[in-house]
Amino acid sequence: MNDNVKAFVTEIKDFKNSNNGSMSGINIAVKDNICTKGIKTTCSSKMLENYIPPYNATVYEKLIAAGANIVGKTNMDEFAMGSSTENSAFFSTRNPWNLDCVPGGSSGGSAAAVAAGLADMALGSDTGGSIRQPAAFCGVVGMKPTYGRVSRYGLIAFASSLDQIGPITKNVSDCAKLLNVISGYDPKDSTSANIPVPDYTKSLKNDIKGLKIGIIKELIGDGISEEVKSSIKDAIKLLESLGATTEEVSLPSFEHAVSAYYLIAPAEASSNLSRYDGVHYGLRIKDTKDLLTMYYETRKAGFGPEVKRRIMIGTYALSAGYYDAYYLKALKVRTLIKNDYDKAFSKCDVLISPTTPTVAFKIGEKTDDPLSMYLSDIATIPVNLAGVPAISIPCGFSNGLPIGLQITGKIFDEETIIRTAYTYEQNTEWHKCKITKL
Amino acid sequence: MQNYETVIGLEIHAQLLAESKMFCSCSTKFGNQPNINICPVCTGQPGVLPVMNKKALDFAIKTGLALHCKIAPHSIFARKHYFYPDLPKNFQISQYELPIAENGYLEIEVNGNIKKVRINRVHLEEDAGKLVHKGSDRIMGADYSLVDLNRTGVPLMEIVTEPDMHSPEEAKVFMAELRKIVRYLDVCDGNMEEGSLRCDANISLRPAGETKLGKKTEVKNMNSFKIVQKALELEVERQTKVLTEGGTIIQETRHYDETSNSTISLRTKEAEMDYRYFPEPDLIPIKTDQKWIDGIKNTLPELPIEKLKRFVSSYQLPVASAEVLTLERDLSDFFEEAVKIHNNPKIMANWVVGNLMGYMNFNNLTIKQLKIGPKHIADLVSLIDKNTITGNSAKDVLAKMLEAGKSAHDIVSESGMTQLNDESSLLPTIQRAISANPKSVEDYKKGKENAIMHLVGQVMRETKGRANPEVVKKMLREEMNK
Repeated sequence: MNDNVKAFVTEIKDFKNSNNGSMSGINIAVKDNICTKGIKTTCSSKMLENYIPPYNATVYEKLIAAGANIVGKTNMDEFAMGSSTENSAFFSTRNPWNLDCVPGGSSGGSAAAVAAGLADMALGSDTGGSIRQPAAFCGVVGMKPTYGRVSRYGLIAFASSLDQIGPITKNVSDCAKLLNVISGYDPKDSTSANIPVPDYTKSLKNDIKGLKIGIIKELIGDGISEEVKSSIKDAIKLLESLGATTEEVSLPSFEHAVSAYYLIAPAEASSNLSRYDGVHYGLRIKDTKDLLTMYYETRKAGFGPEVKRRIMIGTYALSAGYYDAYYLKALKVRTLIKNDYDKAFSKCDVLISPTTPTVAFKIGEKTDDPLSMYLSDIATIPVNLAGVPAISIPCGFSNGLPIGLQITGKIFDEETIIRTAYTYEQNTEWHKCKITKL
Repeated sequence: MQNYETVIGLEIHAQLLAESKMFCSCSTKFGNQPNINICPVCTGQPGVLPVMNKKALDFAIKTGLALHCKIAPHSIFARKHYFYPDLPKNFQISQYELPIAENGYLEIEVNGNIKKVRINRVHLEEDAGKLVHKGSDRIMGADYSLVDLNRTGVPLMEIVTEPDMHSPEEAKVFMAELRKIVRYLDVCDGNMEEGSLRCDANISLRPAGETKLGKKTEVKNMNSFKIVQKALELEVERQTKVLTEGGTIIQETRHYDETSNSTISLRTKEAEMDYRYFPEPDLIPIKTDQKWIDGIKNTLPELPIEKLKRFVSSYQLPVASAEVLTLERDLSDFFEEAVKIHNNPKIMANWVVGNLMGYMNFNNLTIKQLKIGPKHIADLVSLIDKNTITGNSAKDVLAKMLEAGKSAHDIVSESGMTQLNDESSLLPTIQRAISANPKSVEDYKKGKENAIMHLVGQVMRETKGRANPEVVKKMLREEMNK
């Protein structure tokens, strides 16, 4: 089956884990930007095609300690930059619901693996929607936890202030279980939060009576496809019928979120990716005439076009004379977006929107149009900029392709998100829909 | 000819005496073997994150306080980007906006005048690794270069002054004073030759009386106080010549070259890099509270210049001795400890500054490496004061003490060096001296008071210096007046 979907960069057969824990007997796929000692971790980049990390990511150690069975390292957009997994330097992963369509990205391999039943659960990473968008496209559950909830130690950085590891699972219960394992303070990650982690499975309650839901006005209007819109409207009706109250809320700064994101994320990326220079590890183009040429040739050969584009944007945004106009201004937008969320959460418990404006698009459809590709992250990007948690769960189909419902919560309130998602799931059949042919 | 005023500001890098690196737990010890003290974090593996070394932060705050700086309540780290093989991440974690300490000063004494040099900032950063080039001294032209990352990530503190120094000598004195301070504080070993204390200078000239700064150059690679002064003198000379001939100074980085004894242009400003500083997203801001700062304040030792003033005023020491005694904290502690045991600071200072330090310098030892402690030297001075031994024989006693690590009492009783004060046992020697030197006796009797010194000398020689000269003098007079 993997031959059709192409979810894995590295498949692991006969993984042995003698630890007993909550993940015992569970097959888990790990995105290929999470470091696994002794196992290739490529970021789907030529630059790290043969890179074998000398250490483990904290989340990976936690999985092993909990008894998980690791089945492979999943394909992704190179260095997590992309929304379709077409930016993998190796091959494109396909959407199990329709092999002509993209699985989304950048955690496309992880989402496709879970959707196709190649893994019970998967880890992804989410910088601007990279867990939620592929989860929506593949009809599975994907959560980006609060920034700081899960250690980033060992996650190969794309944009440090936005990156967060999270679960991709078949249903909300599994999401809660996996979140329990990977969450918590890590002394190796200064930005991880030193606060207690609740047992998320306790939030698996079919009860949202009195829950106040905000419907994000900016994400149910123009630019959202009719099928997606109507599925979201149905979902709202259902949630109301289950005892929640809803109201429309406006987050006006969302208008600038994509622009701000495409300055902040590339700026940090241009810095984080400086280290790939052919000196210490990874690809090196040999026999160049001098050091500078080695740098140039290595980076020219090692990075794909999207990565190069973002390094250039980011380098420009941080350059003397442009810093204030671009990077600093983007940070101000980020603050405004945070303020918008604060205001919305002063009257709502959770916020609802579609995860993506459309269902999965065709492979090759947007590869020549990076701007339209960027815009497919319009609903997910503000969440990362604010650091809040959000989940995507299946809420319908259009032309046989899944639609995702995004539920966003307050900082460190994954519990209310899980309760809302679980209640919705228990009262719908979408998560039970099976892929009939592959 | 136009008179120019020299303007100098310094940037000092001090390697901190922390046991572990700035952002990982690797040891900072240096061995001969390359790439021993390394880990995924300091080698910049993909996916690693830095974790702040709190000890390094304490050191920077301590230094900031000693330099009368304001400690920032909120301080952040930044990434400074440049590509070089000794910098695995190709950015250095440093501080740019909101450094840990700002706006202080350091007082220095130049030619008897106290002068305040303002401190712009004190900040923390990580050191880079080392390159070893084969086939050339530099990376350009080398057959190949090897990277040693043992030093990568070692905590560094950067201290930046305002352009308040007006001569190479002032810069040298500043460096010497700063070195004393970091050593007093125990935050840096101050070794310039080995590079644990490094200094770059920004230097410019302006017509005397002008307030605007002239075009500056940055001088690097000065690894001793002497070279700081020498290199800056050369640069003053060079700039004066350029300006006098009607030229303009090119803003550039210049390297002091020992072999040619000149400064050499390294790169001009146009070729200088844009470091693209931005706040380090992997580290959270440092919040300092009063309790933390006060805790460090309480551990601050008395600083060299304050100690110098106190040594002069409360021990009545000459400035020269006080300066030497306060050069190192261990030395001044040794001295004060000894004075506490035997209260004769002036004589004690002479012994410490003279004989003791002479021995230390000759044998290249520190005060801590001596076999004797403050009590030993205090007892020695006390024996002199009690006339048990003469000052003369005390020198021999001290030499033996230093070799054997024994007390003055032991040496004196072992070698019979006790001073001879007993008149009845001295009398035969006195009488012998008188009868053997009739000429001196005659001169003395004629009123030549000085003639007695010849006789004293005879007695001292015969007693191998053990006789108390005052007693001898008194007895000689009595005998000759009989």
